[in-house]
Amino acid sequence: MLVAVIAVLLLLVGYFLGLYFFESGTGGLVIAFIVWAFMSLIAIFQGDSILLALAKAKKIGPDDAPRLFNVVEEMKIASGLEKMPDIYIIDDPALNAFATGRNPDKASVAITSGLLERLNRDELQGVIGHEISHIQNRDVLLMSICGVMLGTIVILSWYASRVFMYGALSSSTGGRRSSSRDSGGGAAQVVILVVGLILMILAPILAQLIYYAISRKREYLADASSALYTRYPEGLASALEKIGASSQQLKSANQATAPMYIINPLHKEGISASDLTSTHPPISERVRILRSMAGGAALNDYENAYRQVHSGKQGILSKAAVAGVGAVGIRQASLSEPGEIAAVSEKSARTREVSDMMLRLNKYRTVDCECGARWKIPPGFRDESIICTRCGRKIKV
Amino acid sequence: MIAVWIILGIVVILLAIIVGAYNGLVGFRNQVKNAWAQIDVQLKRRHDLIPNLVESVKGYAKHERETFEMVTKARNLAQQASSAGAAERGKLEGELSMALGRLLAVAEAYPELKANQNFLALQEELTSTENKISFSRQFYNDSVLKFNNKIQMFPSNIIAGMFNFKTGEFFETTAPEEREAPKVSFT
Repeated sequence: MLVAVIAVLLLLVGYFLGLYFFESGTGGLVIAFIVWAFMSLIAIFQGDSILLALAKAKKIGPDDAPRLFNVVEEMKIASGLEKMPDIYIIDDPALNAFATGRNPDKASVAITSGLLERLNRDELQGVIGHEISHIQNRDVLLMSICGVMLGTIVILSWYASRVFMYGALSSSTGGRRSSSRDSGGGAAQVVILVVGLILMILAPILAQLIYYAISRKREYLADASSALYTRYPEGLASALEKIGASSQQLKSANQATAPMYIINPLHKEGISASDLTSTHPPISERVRILRSMAGGAALNDYENAYRQVHSGKQGILSKAAVAGVGAVGIRQASLSEPGEIAAVSEKSARTREVSDMMLRLNKYRTVDCECGARWKIPPGFRDESIICTRCGRKIKV
Repeated sequence: MIAVWIILGIVVILLAIIVGAYNGLVGFRNQVKNAWAQIDVQLKRRHDLIPNLVESVKGYAKHERETFEMVTKARNLAQQASSAGAAERGKLEGELSMALGRLLAVAEAYPELKANQNFLALQEELTSTENKISFSRQFYNDSVLKFNNKIQMFPSNIIAGMFNFKTGEFFETTAPEEREAPKVSFT
């Protein structure tokens, strides 16, 4: 597995750098372990609250956003999660969602108000299913561990390169190392030097590529799991389409938090997101795979669809996930109003519902005028009355 | 001397495998029981929601008495059968779903009802409860499948036989039209 490769890389870097710098491979491993442990502690204590505060998310209860809460509860049941995750709304017109939580008992799901407005129920279910499956498959934990290993490799290689260069510069003025260099076989020393150099340069690059490859693989698994939970791959497919078509950037994402969003929040308009340094696979490809799942909604149906889209024999999900799976049927779309006008009115009803919800969350008060207009008063408003601009009446606040 | 250690080692490994398999089976069985209890919770929730729904529709659509009576009767039948077996409950719950579908279709014809906030909130709750019943049934059936696989596949079937684990029953509703949108025309 790819994670094992990063771990091996880390061990190799530690061992060889130790060998080179103080003639002790195990010493190098110990130092690598210490750095890794230190970074792990930092990662553990960073906590989800910081992440959510960075994203300016507001926690909601069942009465604040009933549709969202119900959809999350449905997905919790379908995925077999034991405890209901905390639900947050991010007040941003961009379309994105993410999940955090190192273990399934302390998980959170966040969604932007823009996305909540734009998706219908089936699509919302698909997106939430995708996020819940990140929690269920422990992807946050996995990406943290890989991130820590990657960070350790980078730090070790960076320091090693600094010390090496310093050593190279100062050895020309009379080697303090000359004594150890002369003892023992010269050939062995050269080999260690060469391997160490190669590792120092290549390991960080390789580890980073592997990290992004792991992230992309888990995204495919999350898409497949969402299709399995909802029994309706078209929901997630059309949600992804809507998200991909929108061009707005999410203001508060950075590289550290990028893997947990549903689409890459750092994607720029017009640049193909299919390069090797992307945390997410390209949206069009994800949509195509989901739409090719005609045979059923199980994980091996997703695997077959992936093979079909890539016209090859290589699958993307792990063997363990695909083994021993029964046949799973696809359900029909939910009850929804037919017709163009009904669709438009449903969309504007949703927009109004979500903006009312956000205003309520931000502690706006609502005041009704006799002419039928409804006024929303901001929290810091001090005056005792306002004039209704529609009819001219004075309303007490 | 070495032979004794080897035999000891083999015995320990065998014991570990048996314990592991047994615990796995117990875990799956408990998951099946839990999933069944979940379905129960959602079904009960639906039973509790229905009287409110009927009341709120009655206020606007006084002439649809037949539909109200049908829904209330189906709901009472389903509630009384709470302790019956899976097949019986599946049938009654399926009939209740169909009656509810009729009621909601009737409600489509009354625009003031559709604009009523209370009714909309109830409709959302009802849709959600239907979904939750469906998902918890789905999860239950998936759990039963995994459990049955473990019981019947080698090598855990040996241990299952030793400790007498029984396979679980799937929960099918006999109404396959349950999730279909009821199409009612008013021409």
